[in-house]
This record gives sequence, structure tokens and C-alpha cells, in this order.
Amino acid sequence: MGFLGIQGGGGGGFWLPRAASTGAGPVDALFYFILAISVVFFALIVGLMILFVVRYRRRAGQGPLASPAHNTPLEITWSVIPLAIVIGIFAWGFKVFMDLATAPANAYEVQVTAQKWSWLYTYPNGHVDDVLHVPGDRPVKLVMTSEDVIHSYFVPAFRVKRDVVPGRYSTLWFEALEPGEYQVYCTEYCGTGHSDMLSKVVVHPPGEFEKWLEDASNLLNTLPPAEAGERLYRSRGCIQCHSMDGAAGIGPTFRGLVGSQRPMRGGATLVADENYIRESILEPQARIVAGFEPVMPTYKGRLKDEEITALIAFMKSLKGEKGEDQ
Amino acid sequence: MSQTTPHAHHDPHLAHHFPDAGTQFEAGKLGMWIFLATEILLFGGLFCAYAVYRANHPEIFIYAHQFLDKVLGGINTAVLIVSSLTMAWAVRAAQLGHQRALVRLLTATIALGFVFLGIKYVEYEHKWKEGLLPGKRFTHQAAPPPAAAAPAAPDPAPVAAAGDSSVIAPAARGPAGLASPAVPGQEETHKVPRNVQIFFGIYFSMTGLHAIHVIAGMITLMWILRRAARGEFGPRYFTPVDLAGLYWHLVDLIWIYLFPLLYLIH
Amino acid sequence: MTAQHATQPAGVTSASTENALGGENYLNHGRGLWSWLTTLDHKRIGIMYLVSILTAFLLGGVFALLLRTELLTPQQTIMKPDTYNQMFTLHGAVMIFLFIIPGIPAALGNFVLPLMLGAKDVAFPRLNLASYYLWVTGALFALVSIITGAVDTGWTFYTPYSTTTSTSVISMVFGAFILGFSSIFTGLNFVVTIHKMRPPGMTWFRMPLFLWGLYGTAIIQILATPVLGITLLLIIAERVLGVGIFDPALGGDPVLFQHFFWFYSHPAVYIMILPAMGVISELMATFSRKRIFGYAAIAGSSIAIAVISFLVWGHHMFVSGQSNLAGMIFSFLTFLVAIPSAIKVFNWTATMYKGSVWLATPMLYALSFLFLFGIGGLTGLFLGALATDVHLHDTYFVVAHFHYVMFGGTVMGFLGGLHYWWPKMFGRMYSERWGRVAALLIFVGFNVTFFAQFVMGSQGMPRRYYNYLPEFTPYHVISTVGSYLLGFGFLIVLVYLIHSLVKGQPAPANPWGGATLEWQTPSPPPHDNFSREPVVDDPYDVERWRWDEALGGYRRQEQPASA
Repeated sequence: MGFLGIQGGGGGGFWLPRAASTGAGPVDALFYFILAISVVFFALIVGLMILFVVRYRRRAGQGPLASPAHNTPLEITWSVIPLAIVIGIFAWGFKVFMDLATAPANAYEVQVTAQKWSWLYTYPNGHVDDVLHVPGDRPVKLVMTSEDVIHSYFVPAFRVKRDVVPGRYSTLWFEALEPGEYQVYCTEYCGTGHSDMLSKVVVHPPGEFEKWLEDASNLLNTLPPAEAGERLYRSRGCIQCHSMDGAAGIGPTFRGLVGSQRPMRGGATLVADENYIRESILEPQARIVAGFEPVMPTYKGRLKDEEITALIAFMKSLKGEKGEDQ
Repeated sequence: MSQTTPHAHHDPHLAHHFPDAGTQFEAGKLGMWIFLATEILLFGGLFCAYAVYRANHPEIFIYAHQFLDKVLGGINTAVLIVSSLTMAWAVRAAQLGHQRALVRLLTATIALGFVFLGIKYVEYEHKWKEGLLPGKRFTHQAAPPPAAAAPAAPDPAPVAAAGDSSVIAPAARGPAGLASPAVPGQEETHKVPRNVQIFFGIYFSMTGLHAIHVIAGMITLMWILRRAARGEFGPRYFTPVDLAGLYWHLVDLIWIYLFPLLYLIH
Repeated sequence: MTAQHATQPAGVTSASTENALGGENYLNHGRGLWSWLTTLDHKRIGIMYLVSILTAFLLGGVFALLLRTELLTPQQTIMKPDTYNQMFTLHGAVMIFLFIIPGIPAALGNFVLPLMLGAKDVAFPRLNLASYYLWVTGALFALVSIITGAVDTGWTFYTPYSTTTSTSVISMVFGAFILGFSSIFTGLNFVVTIHKMRPPGMTWFRMPLFLWGLYGTAIIQILATPVLGITLLLIIAERVLGVGIFDPALGGDPVLFQHFFWFYSHPAVYIMILPAMGVISELMATFSRKRIFGYAAIAGSSIAIAVISFLVWGHHMFVSGQSNLAGMIFSFLTFLVAIPSAIKVFNWTATMYKGSVWLATPMLYALSFLFLFGIGGLTGLFLGALATDVHLHDTYFVVAHFHYVMFGGTVMGFLGGLHYWWPKMFGRMYSERWGRVAALLIFVGFNVTFFAQFVMGSQGMPRRYYNYLPEFTPYHVISTVGSYLLGFGFLIVLVYLIHSLVKGQPAPANPWGGATLEWQTPSPPPHDNFSREPVVDDPYDVERWRWDEALGGYRRQEQPASA
């Protein structure tokens, strides 16, 4: 039944990716049930259609045969049976949905912030990262909000999705079946970088998550400033818009940036020194390089001073030719 | 009764595609009622927004409506009710062929419309002066801010007016928080709810859309008046007066709902 | 109730009672552009609408081909991301507001409705012309938006993105607002016409099902469109005046926007499908040479769909943050609304049973409709169920679903109706062979384009994506190739239809043997629709019409077939 793609166990099939969470199996079961019902009814209708078109095709000298223009028992039957089936599908869907929507009490909570166009995760100890690492042996609950427009958090392998709305919190939960990396998409259109607003869920084997968290939280203490700065560059969303190799992006490239002269929107020219970099991180709309749009979100309250220092050290390490930009 | 009788009708008002004047009149009436239904649904969206926000934030409505002048609103309500009376009377005059009365009554209705708009202008002007405007333009100073509160570092967001205690700060700037108070502790001491500008967004949308409809109604009535003055209406043909009257009554009716919902909140 | 007798003796027919190309007809009644631009003739208004919406369809189709071309490769192919975002927005907005919502009612309904009622015109001819000019005005605003930076919000205009993006949102939204009035006035006109201008003998249940479809549509147009109107006005107020109703930074609620928007936009999809279903009812009866099966059920289900359609909008918002209770109610009602549509499909199929099925071009489109709308409707089950919708929402599965119902449904119905009434409108037959070739090409091209999208959607491919992960490439390539096939099919239709206007064989009054009243007047009809009174029959007494070789068309027998 390759076309129907029905698979036992967890292997990805024709229709669905491999089920990777405890919640996915029940969703898949319903999906395949609806698929089966659909195939049956479709085959019935199209089959009858083809049968009638062939069997009762127009023949010279022959008109239609006598037949009733309605048949109450038949019409009631073919109304009631589909009604019963769809009500059944509704009830099943509702039940599975309530399980998907209700996080267990012992779930491990991570805060998620969406912004154009990156995802940031804040762990209970305050560490912020751009990849969602989770323990593999317990349920995980995400508490999400957006900085700007509506986004949506979608992990196909877990069959979970929830809009992430500015001005309020929304939640979703899952429990992974096994360690691995799973794709995350933004699924509410949010502008230029919508299709690049990807992320990952990294499910750790039991016991290893805590160690990862500890290491990740101590970046600044364990790494030289420029390297720590590079980690921050990748994990805090800078990389979404600013390249480090001179490539054009939504924001100016960091290569050769520090210390160079830049023409600004509004006509003035200034040197992009440490103060300017710091100002751009905390008040990005204040002074913008010519040729770029005022779309950078502020990091005030989200980057500590020593993190800003590390970032600047990292940027300084990206030497390049002056003026090489857009 | 033929639908396609080719010969001319004597009635100059009968359109060629209608079999008789009665059908034409009924069709016009049905059409106008349907149009009124669409207007009710147009306003319905706003009433729905009102209901949602009032249910979720009753404190905003209770606080903000005190800035509306009940007396002026009450006068406007009376003005519109009287104008509906003159309008209904005008339709009756048209039906009876009393042309002079028709002209006078239509004039009175239009004049009352002007009175309504005049009072609305006075109200709007007051709101403008006090800064009681929707959204970003809300700059009303509720009370002097407490001396102890030190102003925060200038926030780059365009929403906050500097030093204004009633203006909300922009929404979440980090995963931990939603819109945070402009000045911590301000609300408790002075009981000014957050987001008061939402009330004025709704107030101006509803009364503004209503005023646009009043103006449209008045323009229509002026056109009807012109035709009435030329003696076009009488017992045999008064449909436009009737239909315009229906529209005017709806405009009145909508205000009769707006007034208590906006002005008379307890 | 005796049928009224024709004024000409039975059996005598003249050329002018069949084809009127050589004589007086509505096309040559009054000459010159000005006579068309100021016409009050519903038939001319219908033709103007037809040309206009087909132009919009062409424009929307070009946007589609462009965006599918961009999606041939996982990264940039022919355009930048902002351009792509504008492309899918414009494709949606143009197709929905300028083509498919006015679609069948404006282009076919305007022409056919009074004829089917034996009437001379609609209730309010001037309002009808005004509706058309409102469409033109709305189209101009849309054009202004396209030229001045276009829109990149998606046709759904979700806030706060739509209230903060720098593209030309206001002119597009205002254009849609104006188009809304065009739609409302068309609906108003049709409701009053059907209520007040039915001929003696045509009770509600002796009315053709196309009119039931138009009636149900008109109810929705009247009641739902104003809510879109206020929603669009509020977007403009938000952008221009900063009113703040939907902006969370100003205390507003962005999810409230979604409720307002979908309160209209869900019923809107039934505005799109009900007239098409009405067309299919006519085609099934005529081309099976048989009475439609289950008339009362089909009529009743049109009204049931119109009513229930107002209660299901939240199924677009299952993951938006609305309460679980709301989700449950909306899901339940969504399944309810599926049943009347299913009933219609069964009835149409049953109509062919023991019929005499004629595979003329219109019927090919009707059969395509059954197949494609069948798939579209069944995939709605996946989306109506809460648990599966969570996975499928905002993926290509949804894109495939709505294209199957709107394109595979409505557009097939539109094409079927266009091919059915073309001889009546223009007095010409088109090439039946090319008609069949194009219908087949469109059917195949459609499935190739859109079936792959179901699969990539359930595999997780999100919609409105400019870049995509390489694993989805095969699906996208298949889909794009299909879209070119589809476009080619439409090109063929365009060519042979235009060719028919010049070189097509003159059409008889009733080339297909339909039993509704429009077939009792010459092709094309005279200015006043009927030169002699039509006889008000049962609209599905199809067997009363027999092929007359000398006439080259169907002729009405005096005795009913059941006598």
C-alpha cells in the first residue's frame, strides 16, 4: 500500500515524516483513518462516475432510461452515514487535540522568543541560545512570545504547531521519542526572511542535557572574548542578517566593519567604532548605514555588557578591506 | 400577467423591465432593506470590537467614558430622534401629496442633521485639545506624575511620549515580559488604567463611521429635497422619499445604540 | 396549471428564432463604445464583466507562473525574496478579489439570470452598471498598489505585519473595500430579482438550480462582505491614524483581526463555490438528458451551506491562540457543513444513472469538477479535524486543498458554464475538438501541479516560503511543470474561443437541449431578451427537447415527455 503510505512503527512514509514524539502517533493514526475513508469515498464516487459515463453514454436513437428523480430512503442513507462518519472524525480529532494542547505538569519549560527572523530560547537558568536543546526523557513545554509580528512554531516530526503572537504568551509541549535533531520552521508569514527563519530541536540522551546546559551557560568564562563573541553572534540571531564573510544581507556585513568609515542614511559619514557598534546594538534605529532598512530589533535588556564586549571583540577579528559592504 | 408585454405603459415612472408599478415599488423596498442589513453588519464589526474589549478590559471603559459629555450626547440623541420624526412625517406628506409640507419637513430633517454634526464637532474639538485621541496620538495627561519616579533611559520606540504617565510602553522587548508599565507603581496610585487609548480608538471609529453615514444621508436628503421642490413626488410616486427615510431611520437607530454604549457606562 | 401557448404555430421555426447573428440582437443594438459603457442591458454588463475578470485571471495566472518558476530551485531562481512575497500576495489578492468572487455571478449570472426568469433585466439595472464600475475602480486601486511597490502581506493581511510593513497596503486594501461594494450590490440585485421577478408558474421549487446557487451566494455576499468592509477600513485606520485596535504595542489584539477577517473570508469561499455548484446542476441534467436527481435536496443544501458557512470561520485559527472550546465548536460545525456538499455530489452522480451521457466540452468540465472537488472536499476533512490540522495548518497541504476546491471546483464550474452559455452569448459554436483537448490538458495539468503539494505539505513543507530545504525539490519541480501544462491548456482555450467569435459556426437557439428558459430565445438574444414569450416549463423536463436535424439544434416538443 505504498501510495497510501501507511507505515507501522515510526518510519517516515509517503505522506508523513517519521513520528518522533509521543504525541505524533495518535495524530498519524487519525490521519491515516481519514485517508482511508477519503480513498473509499473517492473511489466510490469516481468509480460510479466512470461506470455511468461508459454504461449510459449517448447512443444514436436511444434516449435516457426511466428512473426516479429522487429516492428518499437512499438520500437519507447517504446523508446519515457520512454524517456519522464525520462526527466520529470530529470526536477523535478533538480528543487527540486536547492531549496535544495539555502539557503535563512535570514538563521542562523553555521560553521562546520569536522575532524577524530568528528564534531565541531562554533556559531556566537564564542562558540564551538559538538552538532548542531539550532533555530526551521528559516532556518539554515551550512558552512563547513574539517581539514584533505573528510567527508560528512548527516541528513536523513532533506534529506540533502554535502561533507565536506579540503581546501575549502561547504554549506547546512535546515529549521526544528518541535523541536526534529535528527541523523547526516558522509557519506564519512574517516578511522577507520568513523562509529562512529555521531552527532545530536537539534532543539529548538521558543525562546529557544538563551537561550541555552547564557548558553552554559558561561561554564567557571558558572562551576567549572573540570566540565567545562568535558563539553569541550565532546564537543571538545576529547571523540571520549580518554575514561575517562580506556577503550581502539584510544588515551590513561584519567583515571589516569595525573602524571603517560608513555613509549613513541622512547623508552624514561616521566611523563605525566601538561606541557606534554598542549604540547599534542597544538603539538600532538611531543611526543607520545608507542602503539598509531600519528593521533591526533592539537588544537592550537582552545582552549583558560583557556579552556586548565579546561581540565587539569578535567583530574586530573579522578583518577585511575597508568599504567592502553591500 | 405578462412579463414581456411590448406596449408602452402610461406611468412615466415605471421601468420597462418591471411588469407593474407595484412590483417595482416592492422591489425597491426590498432592495433598501437588504442594503440596511449590510449597514448593520458593517457597524456590527465595530460593535463586536467594542464588546470584546469591554469584556476584557472593563476598567478602560469605565475610566475613559467620563471624558465624554453626556449632556451633549443626550442632546444629539434627541436631535436625531426628532429628525426621524420629521422624516417619517415627510414621507407621509409625500404620500398625501402635500408638497409644501414635504419640502419643509425635509429641510427640517437636514437642518437637524447639521445640528447633530455641529455638536459632534464641538465634542471632537474638545477631545483633540485634551489629547484624548486613539492609539499613538493619545497624549492626555491624567495627573502629575509622582516626583519620586526617575524617567527611564530614552526608549527608541516611537510610541511613548516623553514623561507621559498615561502612555503605555511598547510591547515585549525580551522573552520575559509583555508590555510593561511606563512608570512602575503609577497605576496603583492614580488608578489610570493602561491602554486608555483603546477606548478612543473605538469611540472615534464608531462615531466617525456614524458621522460619515449621517453626512451621506444628508446629501441624499438634499437631493431628494431638490426633487421634491420640483414637484416630482406625490401619491402615485414617493418611493425615493420612502427609501431615503428608511436609511435615515437606520442612521438614527445606530446612534441610539452608540449613545448608551459609549456615554452611559457605569 | 397550463403552459402558456407560444404565439407561433408549432413546428414552424425560422432562422431568426434560432440564430440572430444576421439580424437584431443585443450585441448590435446600439453601436459604439459609448453605448456599451453606458448600457443598462444586463447581457452587455455580463459581457463586460466577463472580459474584465478574465483579464484579471490572466494577470493572476501570470503571477502564479512566475512564482512557480521561482520555486523550481530551493534558493533564488529568478527573483529576490521581497519580490516573491509580493508575487504570492498579488496572485492571491487578484485571483480572489478580482476574479473568483465576482466570477460566476458577475460574468455568467448577470447574463443568464434574467433570461432564466423570462425577465427583461435584473431588478436594478443602474445598480448593476454601478457594480461593474465599482469593480473597475477597485481594480484600478489594486493596479495602483501593484505599481507603487505592491503588497507583501499575503492576501490575508494579518496584523501587525500588515499594519507595519512599508509596502502599498492602503491602496490594495481600499481597492478590496470597493470591490466589496461591487459584490454587495450584485448580491442585492440578485436577491431582489429572484424574489420579485419570477414569472407566473415559477414557484421557488420550479426554479432552476443555478438560480438557487446564485441566491445562496447572494445571501452570503450581502451579509458577510460588510464585515470585510469594516475590517479593511480598520486596517487603513490603523496605518493612517494609528488607531491601535490590532496593535499589541498599543493595547490592541492581533488575533481579533483574524476573527474579523475570517468571519467574511470563510463565507467568501462559499460565494465562490455555490454558483459553480449551480452550474454543475444545470450541466449534469442537460448532458445526461435527464431530470436532475434530488432537486429539493440540492436546493435545500445550497441554503444550508449558506447558513452554516457563517459559523465555521474559526477553523482557520485552530493554532492561533483561540480557546480550545472555540476550536471544538468550530471543528464540529465545519464537519456539518461538509454534508450538504457531499449530498450534492451524490445527487449529481445519481443524475447520470440511466441517463444518456453526452461528453461535450461543458460536460467534461462538469466531470472534472466531480473528480477535483471530490478530492478538495475530502482533504477538507483532514483540516477540519483539530489534531491533524495542527500539523497541516500553514503547510502546502492547505494550499493544495484550497486550489482543489477553488480551482478544481469553481474554475471548472466557470469553464463549464462558459462553454455551455457561450453559444447563447455570442451566437457561435467553438471547436468541440479543441474544447476537449484543452479540458483534458487542464485536468491533467491541474493534478500534476497540485497533487504533489498535498504530499509535500503533510511532509512539513510550509507555505509562503521563498527558500526551501532541498528535500522538497522534487515536489516543487513536479508542481511547476504541471503549472506550465495548465497555463498552456488555458492558452488553447483562449485561442479557440476567440477564434469562434470570428469563424465559429452559427449556433442554434438550443444547441445542448437544456430546458431552462434562456434556450427559448435566439442566440444571441435580442435586446429585450424574448421576442415571443417563453413557455414556463419544469426546468428539468429535459426530455421535452428533441434534436432536430434540420434546425441543427434542439426543439421543444409541445407534449411533455411524461404525458
